[in-house]
Amino acid sequence: MADGELIVKGGYVVDPTRKIDGEVADIAMKDGKIVDKVSSSAKVIDAKGKVVMAGGVDVHSHVAGPKVNAGRLMRPEDKLLSGTCRSGMAQKNGYRMESGFSIPSVFRTGYEYGRMGYSFVMEAAMPPLLAPHTHEEIHDTPIIDEAALPVFGNNWFVMEYLQKGEVENTAAYIAWLLKVTKGYGIKVVNPGGTAAWAWGLNCLNLNDNVPYFEITPAEIIRGLIEANEYLGLPHSMHLHQNDLGNPGNYKGTIDALKIAEGIKAKNKFGREQVMHSTHLQFHAYGGTTWADFNSKAKEVMDYVNKQKNITIDLGCVTLDETTTMTADGPFEHHLHGLNHLKWTNVDVELETAAGIVPFVYDPQSKVCDIQWAVGLELALFAKDMNRTFITTDHPNAGPFTRYPRVIKWLMSKKAREATLGSFKHKDKVIEATNIHGIDRELSLFEIAQMTRSGPAQCLGLKNVYGGLAPGMSAEVAVYDLNYKNMPSDPEKIEAAFQRAACFIKSGEIVVKDGEVVSNGHKKTVWVNVKMPENPQVTRDVTQAFTKGTYTMNLINYPVREYLAPHPYVIDVDVEA
Amino acid sequence: MSKIHLNMITQRSIEEGAAMEKGKTNPDYFEACSICEMHPDDMKKAGIWKNTNVRVTSECGTVIVKAIEPTQYVPPGLAHIRQGVWANQVVPPRTQSTGTPQYSGFPVTIEPAPNEKLKSALELVQGAVGLWKGGKL
Amino acid sequence: MPKLIKGVGCPYCGSSCDDIEVLVSDDETKILEVHNACIIGTNLFHHANDATRPKLPRMRQPDGSMKEIPYDEAIDWMAKTMLKAKKPLIYGFGSTNCEGMSAVGRIAEKSGAVLDNCATICHGPSFLAIFDNGYPSCTLGEAKNRADVVVFWGCNPMHAHPRHTSRYSIFPRGYFTQKGQMQRTVLCIDPRETDTAKLADHHLMLDQGHDYELFDAFRTVLRGFEIPETVAGIPREKIKESVEIMKKAKFCMIFFGMGCTHTDGRNHNIDHAISLTRDLNNHTKCSIMAMRGHYNIAGPGQVWSWQFGFPYCIDLSKGSHAHMNPGETSSVDLAMRDEVDCFVNVGTDAGAHFPIQAVQHLKKHPFITIDPNFCMASEIADLHIPVRIAGVDEPGVVYRMDNVPIQFRAVIKGLPGVPSDEELFDRVYERMCELTNTQPIWLAAKEHRKYPHNPVVS
Repeated sequence: MADGELIVKGGYVVDPTRKIDGEVADIAMKDGKIVDKVSSSAKVIDAKGKVVMAGGVDVHSHVAGPKVNAGRLMRPEDKLLSGTCRSGMAQKNGYRMESGFSIPSVFRTGYEYGRMGYSFVMEAAMPPLLAPHTHEEIHDTPIIDEAALPVFGNNWFVMEYLQKGEVENTAAYIAWLLKVTKGYGIKVVNPGGTAAWAWGLNCLNLNDNVPYFEITPAEIIRGLIEANEYLGLPHSMHLHQNDLGNPGNYKGTIDALKIAEGIKAKNKFGREQVMHSTHLQFHAYGGTTWADFNSKAKEVMDYVNKQKNITIDLGCVTLDETTTMTADGPFEHHLHGLNHLKWTNVDVELETAAGIVPFVYDPQSKVCDIQWAVGLELALFAKDMNRTFITTDHPNAGPFTRYPRVIKWLMSKKAREATLGSFKHKDKVIEATNIHGIDRELSLFEIAQMTRSGPAQCLGLKNVYGGLAPGMSAEVAVYDLNYKNMPSDPEKIEAAFQRAACFIKSGEIVVKDGEVVSNGHKKTVWVNVKMPENPQVTRDVTQAFTKGTYTMNLINYPVREYLAPHPYVIDVDVEA
Repeated sequence: MSKIHLNMITQRSIEEGAAMEKGKTNPDYFEACSICEMHPDDMKKAGIWKNTNVRVTSECGTVIVKAIEPTQYVPPGLAHIRQGVWANQVVPPRTQSTGTPQYSGFPVTIEPAPNEKLKSALELVQGAVGLWKGGKL
Repeated sequence: MPKLIKGVGCPYCGSSCDDIEVLVSDDETKILEVHNACIIGTNLFHHANDATRPKLPRMRQPDGSMKEIPYDEAIDWMAKTMLKAKKPLIYGFGSTNCEGMSAVGRIAEKSGAVLDNCATICHGPSFLAIFDNGYPSCTLGEAKNRADVVVFWGCNPMHAHPRHTSRYSIFPRGYFTQKGQMQRTVLCIDPRETDTAKLADHHLMLDQGHDYELFDAFRTVLRGFEIPETVAGIPREKIKESVEIMKKAKFCMIFFGMGCTHTDGRNHNIDHAISLTRDLNNHTKCSIMAMRGHYNIAGPGQVWSWQFGFPYCIDLSKGSHAHMNPGETSSVDLAMRDEVDCFVNVGTDAGAHFPIQAVQHLKKHPFITIDPNFCMASEIADLHIPVRIAGVDEPGVVYRMDNVPIQFRAVIKGLPGVPSDEELFDRVYERMCELTNTQPIWLAAKEHRKYPHNPVVS
């Protein structure tokens, strides 16, 4: 571990948690924590003329687990786009081989996040039955701290309890499941729709009936928000909405957001939202068909801006060839029907499903270009950047390695216009979107809110990540950008964020001049809810195993300790 | 002596699995795998008595096994040696560029060899690589 | 007092049953009784008691005999031999845990090896089909709880996966299939009347090797076109009847096996099967699953996909990047072309299960076998290193045929001094680093090994 002292000297510090915007200051670190000062023997990192931020925090990314790996397995061709190969130096120094573009190997995942100066990544969907797999991958991923959100929105226990209005039992079940899967919070993917998919059906509407379970998506969403606040978890209910990716879905999106109205966040972690609506880009579409498809980013953000207990992330389309993968099984089947590329599906007994389809966001396609505009518009219409986070729903709308490009587009109208100008259907895209008329360019401070302080607070981790205050974990990224004299060429912004000049992870230098110099000391973060045992839930869970509805033995279900060898456990006490 | 041309498949059987987990030098493994299942009509055509030894020859090798009536029905024209050491003396290593050898569906000639002795697994494998020093099963 | 351990995983076939009960001696060194397992699993557990199990590595001597040597010497020899080789081939992993598969990655990178697993001679063609066509599948519980039509195509679970039909596919009463077998229609497509075929409601005894044509006929009928009077030896009416059964199913489950992958057509057969599954999803719900042979043979496909991006046939000899091209980088093809100059057989028996000509080629070069027991590969090896038996005296994660990870436990204590695969590979890696004057680089997780003590390196 990092036992030495370190000081990052003379950089332009951008730290929204302390409202510091470009002041020249030193950041001192000792024993893996940020401190007020260090002795003169501390190792000095010269950041003069460079920007200094906290390590990045990714609120939603599919980086580890069964469907990510099914994507890697089914797409050998993705390896052709790997880009930089392992250099002779990296081989000599024993850094692991890297592979993959849209679904990088675990080594490449850790190294690329590290090179971009990211500290923490939330794996966005963990099927509970397959949790050991997710943890095995997290275990093998270097550098970054990771946590994983188990999926609950189509879980039989949850649907049965909520159908009977039993929020307390739902909460007790969630508490148990988080503990046995070493999970972090409540992920909900196409609530009810994925359960319907087990029979080849779907729930596109919030008030559709889930076959057999006699419950609606709206009831599942509300019930899980209530259960989340009952438990007081660090993160809120994290929602992938129904009817993803279809023209005209924005109305349903706003209706789903409205479910959060009037509910207050109850927790000890400084989290203010009760719903995180993820990859909103896929849910902000107007029109009735692909022909009159258009952006409703403004309408959706008008609602988000005034509703303070909601956070969102963008899910920006980056115009790449990528791999879509989601627990939204019926959507992937639908997508495969549109593009006729290969299709993988994994239905998981009692819990969830997943689908995987490669996808080419072709800049020559009007629809893809509109999607590109929608993602950026969401950010450009946002009023509170501490509630609006940069993601690409990696790898669904694009790989996470494109975050620097998204940042470039958000910070530079010139860059947006250049991309827009390259489209074959430029005029149609302008007509169907707002992007051409938006002049806003985000500042480094706003970018830091969207990638550091905001997501950290949203995840209930604001005391650890996302800022540079003394006492926080020593996560410091240095970017080769002059705050006082930002480059006129937007490509330089992208380049700077792609390869950090220096990245310190938990007080240890892991990246220097864009090159990985250490595999780091990564941690697995999970939430341990302590509450009295609920006999009803214990009985129901036990029966599902003893009666053989599950095909696994209960004793082999909980993730064993050694799979998360460096745990960072967040305790949550729930009173009876 | 007559001979017969058959289509050979080599697949799993529970006898083979159960014996293998006792060890490949166990007599059970020998019993389970050094046999060739074929239709009685085919045996008749080739002048083979059931439970006597036959010589199976493929494009790439030859092996002595005991001909038996099928434990699971095999139609005329098809023969089956259980997966294992004896089968792999005749399995063609060609893979159709997939990596997987032609374990099933390759032509063989089967002829009576009542006076030939069955070799043990060790004798076959060690013998193939010049290590067989003689000895018991 | 003997102890009864429940919920034990069985390290034999791809069913990875984890409802086994094992009675062990008070000192946890002997397995006394095995309950719930099939005959094969029972034999496997009892075989672990074998007093003649090797406890030390054995090195072949100039006179052809084998001599026991200390582990350090074996590790040193293995490290040196692999480093010296231009292109070693590491093959097997039918019977190890994922921890071992992960650990071997470091050695493979370090020595520029080709990494391959038993899928290369089993379900490798299925991988090829998945690369082309995807894999609409599910966990076995979905089949159990929902499937009312079950198709076994070129597979014989009654022999290869003895408890598959009772735990998952034919007999069990699932949540939406309360009547068990009564509620399921079973189709079997096989050139032999196997014991599985005898259980089926419909047996389509096709001409051996004509699977592709028959799949094609199924899809043609499903899409509403006419087919010839007989296809692959099956009458038109029987095909139409079968398609109708599948189409009318609430949940149709297709299992396929070596009958498709070992014969003419290989991956093309599976490709068609997957397409049939996709087509059926336009009418109802349909899933397909490969009947993976071993309890953790899905494991290397998973572990190496997350480490290298490929499930098998991974050529790391270029150093800069991993390269996969089955037919070129597959074990049997490499052997037949004499392209590898060192062979490491891990947790499998290439000596018994490769075509003998491939074995003869491999034997021209140093031949190392890592396996808990004596087998054909150990008896022709230059060096045999015994290890613990995953699922018996070594715990670890395994992937069932449906890619569900199951955390196996150890039921007895390991033989003193005998390492697990993971420990062995880590020690070989450390020795390789010493020999090449480089720092061993572990991910942070390596600091806390799950086994009690860190390996000692001399």
